[in-house]
Amino acid sequence: MAERVGVYICHCGSNIAGMVDVEQVAKWAGENLEGVVVSRDYKFMCSSLGQAMIEEDIKKHNLTHVVVGACSPHLHEKTFRKACQNAGLNPYLCQMTNLREHVSWVSRDREKATEKARALVAAAVERVKRQEPLQPLSVDVNPATLVIGGGIAGLQATLELADAGYPVYVVERRPSIGGHMAQFDKTFPTLDCSACILTPKMSEAGQHPNVTLYTYSEVDEVSGSVGHFRVRIRRKARMVTEDKCTGCGICVEKCPRKVVDEDFEAGFGYRKAIYTPFPQAVPRIPVIDVHSCIWFERQKCRACEKLCPTGAIDFEQKDEIIELEVGNIIVATGWNMFDCRRIPQYGYGRLANVFTALEFERMCNAAGPTNGKILLRDGKTEPQTVAIVHCVGSRDSNHNEYCSGICCMAALKFGHLVLEKTKAEVYSFYIDMRTNQKGYEEFYHRLLEEGMHFVRGKVAEVTDAARRPDEAGKLIVQVEDTLLGKQRRIPVDMVILMGALEPQTDAKELGLKLGISCSMAGWYTERHPKLDPVATMTDGIFVAGTCQGPKDIPASVAQGAAAAARVMGMITKRKVWIEPVVATIDESRCSGCRICNNICPYNAIEYDEAKGVSRVITAMCKGCGTCVAACPAGVISGAHFSNEQVFAEIEGILWDALQEEKKAEPQAVTG
Amino acid sequence: MIAQNKGKLAVYWAASCGGCEIAILAIDEKILDVSKHFDIVFWPCATDGKVRDVEKMADGSIDVCLFNGGIRTSEQEYMARLLRRKSKVLVAFGSCASEGCIPGLANLSNRKEIFHTVYHETPSTENPKGVEPQHVTDVPEGKLYLPVFYDTLFTLDQVVDVDYYLPGCPPEAERIWDAITAILENKLPPKGAVIGANTTVCDECPRKRTEKKIRKFYRTWEIIPDEETCLLEQGLVCAGVATRAGCGAKCPKVNSPCIGCYGVNDGVVDFGARLMSALASVIDSDAPEEIDRIIREGIPDPAGTFYRFSLAHSLLRRKKKVPDEE
Amino acid sequence: MAEETFEPKIVGFLCNWCSYRAADLAGTARIKYPPNVRIIRVMCSGRVDPAFVLKALSLGADGVMIAGCHPGECHYIEQNYKAMRRYHMLKHTLRALGLEEDRIRLVWASAAEGQQLAEHIEEFVDDVRKLGPLHWPSNFQENGERWHAVEALAQEHAESLEVL
Repeated sequence: MAERVGVYICHCGSNIAGMVDVEQVAKWAGENLEGVVVSRDYKFMCSSLGQAMIEEDIKKHNLTHVVVGACSPHLHEKTFRKACQNAGLNPYLCQMTNLREHVSWVSRDREKATEKARALVAAAVERVKRQEPLQPLSVDVNPATLVIGGGIAGLQATLELADAGYPVYVVERRPSIGGHMAQFDKTFPTLDCSACILTPKMSEAGQHPNVTLYTYSEVDEVSGSVGHFRVRIRRKARMVTEDKCTGCGICVEKCPRKVVDEDFEAGFGYRKAIYTPFPQAVPRIPVIDVHSCIWFERQKCRACEKLCPTGAIDFEQKDEIIELEVGNIIVATGWNMFDCRRIPQYGYGRLANVFTALEFERMCNAAGPTNGKILLRDGKTEPQTVAIVHCVGSRDSNHNEYCSGICCMAALKFGHLVLEKTKAEVYSFYIDMRTNQKGYEEFYHRLLEEGMHFVRGKVAEVTDAARRPDEAGKLIVQVEDTLLGKQRRIPVDMVILMGALEPQTDAKELGLKLGISCSMAGWYTERHPKLDPVATMTDGIFVAGTCQGPKDIPASVAQGAAAAARVMGMITKRKVWIEPVVATIDESRCSGCRICNNICPYNAIEYDEAKGVSRVITAMCKGCGTCVAACPAGVISGAHFSNEQVFAEIEGILWDALQEEKKAEPQAVTG
Repeated sequence: MIAQNKGKLAVYWAASCGGCEIAILAIDEKILDVSKHFDIVFWPCATDGKVRDVEKMADGSIDVCLFNGGIRTSEQEYMARLLRRKSKVLVAFGSCASEGCIPGLANLSNRKEIFHTVYHETPSTENPKGVEPQHVTDVPEGKLYLPVFYDTLFTLDQVVDVDYYLPGCPPEAERIWDAITAILENKLPPKGAVIGANTTVCDECPRKRTEKKIRKFYRTWEIIPDEETCLLEQGLVCAGVATRAGCGAKCPKVNSPCIGCYGVNDGVVDFGARLMSALASVIDSDAPEEIDRIIREGIPDPAGTFYRFSLAHSLLRRKKKVPDEE
Repeated sequence: MAEETFEPKIVGFLCNWCSYRAADLAGTARIKYPPNVRIIRVMCSGRVDPAFVLKALSLGADGVMIAGCHPGECHYIEQNYKAMRRYHMLKHTLRALGLEEDRIRLVWASAAEGQQLAEHIEEFVDDVRKLGPLHWPSNFQENGERWHAVEALAQEHAESLEVL
C-alpha cells in the first residue's frame, strides 16, 4: 500500500506561528512532499479539537502515517501517539518534529526559521514513511520498592508505601536512618523539636512489618528496568552481628577510643570508635569504625568484644552483598553542606569561633556536645555578640549560583535560639531575605521584634585583626551595608556561616548506576520541572527531597509522599508498558564476529557458541542503538531508529541541498 | 539446464586488471558447459569481435553480459551504455565493476595527478616533449579523438542500470559457477541483488573468536599472528568482519588478514563506515588522546584500509577535489 | 552563492537524553542561535553510525554535528565513549579524503546545558561558514566533456555504420 501521510503543523498560539510561517509550511508540505495527502495547520494541535481533527483525518483519508510539527516530542509525543491509536493507527506510525523548542523559540529571522521548519517537516515525512508498527512490551511490576536514603523524604515515602501494604527496602549509608533532620534541634518556623517529630517516624519505619532497613549499606549496582529492577546492595561490615545485638550500649560506653565525629556532630563533638551516631538511632545497633578502632590499628584491645553480653561483636565480619528485586526505586539521598573552608576569607577552620550552620545545630541541640548551651569554642564562654552570615557558597558565582532556599529561615531560627538562650546581640548579614512559605514571613517579623539586627550586604571578610580598641580579641565582620551605603566593621564573638546545600559528592556516581541525570549543579533532574517533579527520565525511578534541589522539610516530606503516590500508581497498575525501541540481530545473517558482544553495558547481547551467532536479550535491551551502529555486517537492526529510517530522515532534512545539487548536475543525454 | 536455443553471452573488460577475465577461465572444464549453453557473441579478450558488430545487434538481444571493470573513460562509458542497451541481463562482474576496486583508489587522486605520474614521473617514462593524451588532436588529416579520461572512476551502476552483482577480486570460480547455474536454471534473485552469500567472512573463518578489545592495531609485518585466534583480536585490521562471505576465508586461513575484496554484506551502504565503526567501537580506551594515538599509529592509511576495494562506490566516492583541479 | 551570504546546511545528530533536551531547554529559555543546524534525534550518540555522517555529507550537507551526554554521564552508561571513538576514527579517514576537520564536530551537552549547546552551535556554524560550501556531489560530476565525448563516440560510430 502506498503511504498516505497526514501532516499537522501547530501554531502553538503564537509560540510557533509568531516566528514560523506555519500556513506556508503546511501548504508546502502538502504540495511538495511525496505521499502527503493531507496537510493542515491549526492553532493548538494538542487541544482536544486538534487531536480530534487528526483522528478524523486518519479515518476519512485512510492515513497510514502522521507527522505532527509542534513542540518537543518530550512533551506531546504521547498525546499524538494516543490520538493515532484512538483512530486505529499504530502509535509508532506517528512522528513528531520539534518546531517550537528547536525552531521558533531559538530563531531571530522568520524566513530562515520557516526554511528550517520545512527541512524538519520534510525529514519527518521521509522518516515516517519508513516507520513500522511496533507493539510495546508489557512487564509485570514487582510491588516492592527500594528507597535510597533514610532521611525525612525517604522515610515519608517509605511509610506511605509500607502503610499501603507494599514492601519497602530502605538503604541508608549511615549507621542510622534519620538524615540531617536528626541533627537539628528546632525546626522553623514553628520551633517544634526536630527529634520529637522525627523519631516517631524513625521507629515506625524500624518496626514496620513491611519495611526492611539496610543501614550502613550502599547501592552497588542497579540493573533491569521499570517493574523489575535488580539491585545489589553492599552491607558494609558493622563488626557487630545484628541478630545478637540488643543495643544495650555497654560496648560504646567501654570503648577507650574517642574520636571527632565529623559526620553526625559535624566535627563539633566526639564519638567512640564503636558508636551509634545518636541515642535515638534506628537501628540501635552500633558500628565499629575500623579507621579509628584500636584493634584495627594495632591489634590490641577488643574491649567491646570482651564486655558484650550477647557476643555480638565480630571482628571478622566482611562486607555482605545482597540482591533485591524491586519494581520501582525512590532516590532520596539528600544533601551535603558546602565546605566553608572554600571561602577562606570567612575564616572557618582558622578562626576558632567561626562555626558552620551544622555545628551550630549540634550546639543548640540538647543532646549535642554542649547539651544545648551556646558557647564559644572554648566550651565555657557565652558569646555576647553573634553574627550570622547568609549565602555562604550559595548565590555566589564562584561556588553555587543557586539559592539554597532554607538558610534565611535557618538563620532566623538561629537568631531566635541565640536570643532565647543567651543575652547576646545577633546580627544577620543577608543579601535578600527569602521567607516565602507559610508562616515564614511572620517568623521574620517575629525576629525583627525580638531585636535581631539585620544588615543587608554580603560579608567581605571575617577577621581577627583588630583596628580599633573595641575590636580587640573579637572577630570583626567587614561588610558593605547596602542600605546605609557604607562599609561597616562589626566586632562579634561568634560567627555562624550559613553554608550552602550541595548535592551529595557522589550524586553523579549513583545517578550513573540508576541511569538518571544531574543538573549542572549536581541535583537530580526531574522529568519535568513543573508538571512531573518527582519522576525522572528513567521509568520507575523517582526522586524525593533535597537530592532533587534544595528544599525545606515540608517540601521534602511532600515530595516523599508524592513519589510514594507515583510508585503506588505503578504498583496498582500491575503492568507497565515499555518502549519497543530495541535492537534485534538477524541470526540467519550473523556471522558471530562478536564485535557487538562487549559493546552493551547492560549485557543484553549473548553469544550462542553452538550456533556461532550473537543474540539480543530483548528484556534487557534499553534501545540505545550502539550495537546497531557497530555491527560490521549490518545485521543488527534498531527498531524505530533503523538505518533506513535515519537515512530517509537525512535525505528529507537536506531536501533543499539535494535539489540544488540536482540543478547543478549536467543533464545526461540519452545513453 | 537444457537450453532449447543457445543463449547469447557477452563479456567485457573496462577499467580493471584483467584478473576477472582469467577468473572466468578458472571454472576449468565447466567452461565447456558454458559454451554448450551460450553462444559467445562478444568477448574481446578471448574472441575476435568488433564494437560495430554489437552496435548492429538488436536491443536486448544479448541474454547475459558479464561486465568487469570500472568506468574511467568516455569510451568505457559508451561501451557500458551500449552493452546495457543490448543485454537483457547486465552483471557487474567482480569488484571493479561493482565497487571500483583498486582502480577506484585512484579516486584519492585526479586526472591531472595521474597523468603527471604516468606521463612524467615514472622512471620508465621517456617523454622529453612532455606529451599528454588529449581528447582532440588536430592533425593535417583532420581531428583525432581519444577517449576522455575522467577525474573520477565510476562503478558500473553509477553509469548504467545493473541487474546483478558478482563481487570479489576476482570472483571465486565456485561463485561464478553458482551465478551461471542460477542464470541457466532461471533461479535469479530479485533484480539488483548480489549473487552470493549474505553473511561475512567470519562465517567461513575457522579461527576462535572471543570478545574483542583492542589497545593497539598492528600492521601485518609487525607481528606473526597466532594461527588459531581471531586476527582482529590480535590487533590486525582484518576486514573479514565487514566483508561478504564467498571466498572461504582464504586469507585468514593462511594467517593473513582479510582485506575486504568481497565487499559489503547485503543491505550495507558503505563498507568503510561499517569497518570503521566496528573497529572504533572495540578500541579499549576512553581517553580522546589515547584513542587518537591508537588510531593514527595503527591505521596510517585509513582511506586505503577502509576503502581498499570500495572507495568509488562509497558514500563519498572520492577524495575532495580542490577547486584548481578543474 | 556569494561567500558573505553563504549559510551552511548542517545536520545535527542529538542524543535523546542529554543534548536533545539541552536543545529543548535552549528553546524554553529562548536562547537564540543560528538556524543552520537541523536536528535529528537519536536515542544515544552511540547510535550515530559513521555512515549517517557520510550520508549527510554526500547529500550536500556542509557540516555534521554529533552531540551527546558528557563523558561519564551517558544515559546508557558508557555508549557516548563509543561515539567518541568512532568520531576519532571517522575524522582520521575524512582527513585522508581531503575533508576539512572543522566540518564534523562532536560536542557534549547535558540536559541542563541549553546555553552551552547554543554556544557550540553558534561556534560550529561560524567555523563551517568560514570553510565555505562543501557541495560534495559536485566532486564527482565530470565537466561537460564527459557527456560530449560519449555522445560524440555514439555519433561517430553511427555514421561509420551508415557508411558500411
